[in-house]
Amino acid sequence: MVGLHKSEFKNPVINWVDTRLPLFTMMTKEYGVFPTPKNFNYFWNFGALAMINLMIMIVTGIFLAMNYNASTAGAFDSVERIVRDVNYGWLLRYVHANGASMFFIVVYIHMFRGLYYGSYKKPRELLWMIGVVILLLMMATAFMGYVLPWGQMSYWGATVITNLFSAIPVVGDYIVTLLWGGFSVDNPTLNRFFSLHYLMPFVITGVVFLHVVALHITGSNNPLGIEPKSSQDTLPFHPYYTIKDSVGMCVYLMVFAALVFFAPDYLGHADNYTPANPLVTPAHIVPEWYFLPFYAILRSVPSKLGGVIMMFGSIAILFVLPWLDTSPVRSAKFRPIYRQLLYVFVVVCITLGVAGGKPPEGIWVVIGRVCTAYYFLHFLVILPLLGKLEKPLPLPESIANPVLTPIGGGPLPGGAMAKPMEKM
Amino acid sequence: MSATAHVQGDGHAPDHSKRDFLKLVAASGAAIGVGSLAWPLIDSMNPSGDVLALSSVEFDLAPVPLGQAVTVVWRGKPVFVRHRTPDEIKTAEAVKLSELGDPQLDSDRVKAGHEQWLVVVGICTHLGCVPLGNKSTDPRGDFGGWFCPCHGSQYDVSGRMRHGPAPANLAVPPYAFMSDTRIKIG
Repeated sequence: MVGLHKSEFKNPVINWVDTRLPLFTMMTKEYGVFPTPKNFNYFWNFGALAMINLMIMIVTGIFLAMNYNASTAGAFDSVERIVRDVNYGWLLRYVHANGASMFFIVVYIHMFRGLYYGSYKKPRELLWMIGVVILLLMMATAFMGYVLPWGQMSYWGATVITNLFSAIPVVGDYIVTLLWGGFSVDNPTLNRFFSLHYLMPFVITGVVFLHVVALHITGSNNPLGIEPKSSQDTLPFHPYYTIKDSVGMCVYLMVFAALVFFAPDYLGHADNYTPANPLVTPAHIVPEWYFLPFYAILRSVPSKLGGVIMMFGSIAILFVLPWLDTSPVRSAKFRPIYRQLLYVFVVVCITLGVAGGKPPEGIWVVIGRVCTAYYFLHFLVILPLLGKLEKPLPLPESIANPVLTPIGGGPLPGGAMAKPMEKM
Repeated sequence: MSATAHVQGDGHAPDHSKRDFLKLVAASGAAIGVGSLAWPLIDSMNPSGDVLALSSVEFDLAPVPLGQAVTVVWRGKPVFVRHRTPDEIKTAEAVKLSELGDPQLDSDRVKAGHEQWLVVVGICTHLGCVPLGNKSTDPRGDFGGWFCPCHGSQYDVSGRMRHGPAPANLAVPPYAFMSDTRIKIG
């Protein structure tokens, strides 16, 4: 591996750099000519969108931090000052706050794509698991970010979530004291949350890099869930998917802009415009919408430790998903029963989200418990059994020939052949 | 346009000028987009509304003794307000422009009718230190004004640079007399 790189770039300056540090060759290989299945649908935009969202969060966050004061005395006022006095501070703050929601929307759709098309299956298990790590890091980052404005929801959210750790037997209380840096959520807690909130996105960036490296080893999955067999099945990433991602990006930015400019506080809580008061808990506290399904699972279990275990377990179970799903067929397109049950699962997750937003009483407790049970049933019982019981539809022979050849192998209809691809 | 489409349809060489035009339009569109996104970020670093709101101060001149100067804080910077003696005014007015590194008449640095009051930003034009000389016991340099302890620049009683390395006179901030004993700086 030691030795200068033989660069193919004509420009002498680029060639000089590339010979010594082949960044240009790498970018061309990974994002220029990178062979990508040619049958992507728009679900395959969401990885790129998540990457863009991460960059938007980091950039707006850096500029917000220039005006933020991480102290219990100044945090709330400094956020109000950002919105009222800092040039474009209102824009930065609402892009950052709604950017968190957009990030979870994008990532949840990205995960649904993975579930629907079986992107977590061999050989992409590690790719999927790295993705789950990113999700956990995102959740921690989002939670700590929500504490920073130091409103009532910030304070009580921080109190409730840190208290989850007190459920751990024996050492729980010591861990909570350690997290707080005191005997309640207070100035030391806010300071360390700000420090970690600034650090985590860069950790996420590192893990995203691993996610992309792993992706470029296995190659992308595709809507048919079969591996590309020849160059007839793939397109160079640029310009085909740079353009397709750009189209998706425009739609994404429109939704984002609609939230920021027309409903900036729609996904927030009015209570968070009341400064934190350690002596009074708001009547109804709920986390941000993206945590609601997990919050519902936590509340469904009538045991402190049990609820915490189930909540963390609901994400931890995703790590072993590649081994729970025993079906060798990836795409739900060829798994008629799995497809139906996946929709049921999505409805259950959304119902959990709704239940998590309601006061924990009456029918919502029952609904929360039924859905919690089904959530785990889906992973622990349905997926292992379904792989053995379900009869998948026949798979096409290749991406370029998605129309099944009749038994006996007659000539393909002309339209199904992608002749112009020979140019490559 | 229909002509070029026709040529392409025939399988001849594609029209590169049209392709170049499209690329230029796309690239400049993206550049405008990125620029307009970058501006709010950059502008957020400019002074904010609450900072700008504090950009003028009023000051009562009455307590300043003759021959001494006081320091007023304006926009986080020291502003020297010096009550000059008649001798000092005469000396300052007598200086020929040819003797100055940054030629400026004393009358251009004070308000007519208020020659005894000199108002200058107390920041050495060399590298931003605060010069000594407000108290009569401070070192005031060879010209009776201010002496900068950092690199030895000297200013006269009109705040004009008389000895390097400072390149310019002490700046006169915008100010106005609200009455004979009250000024508003900024």
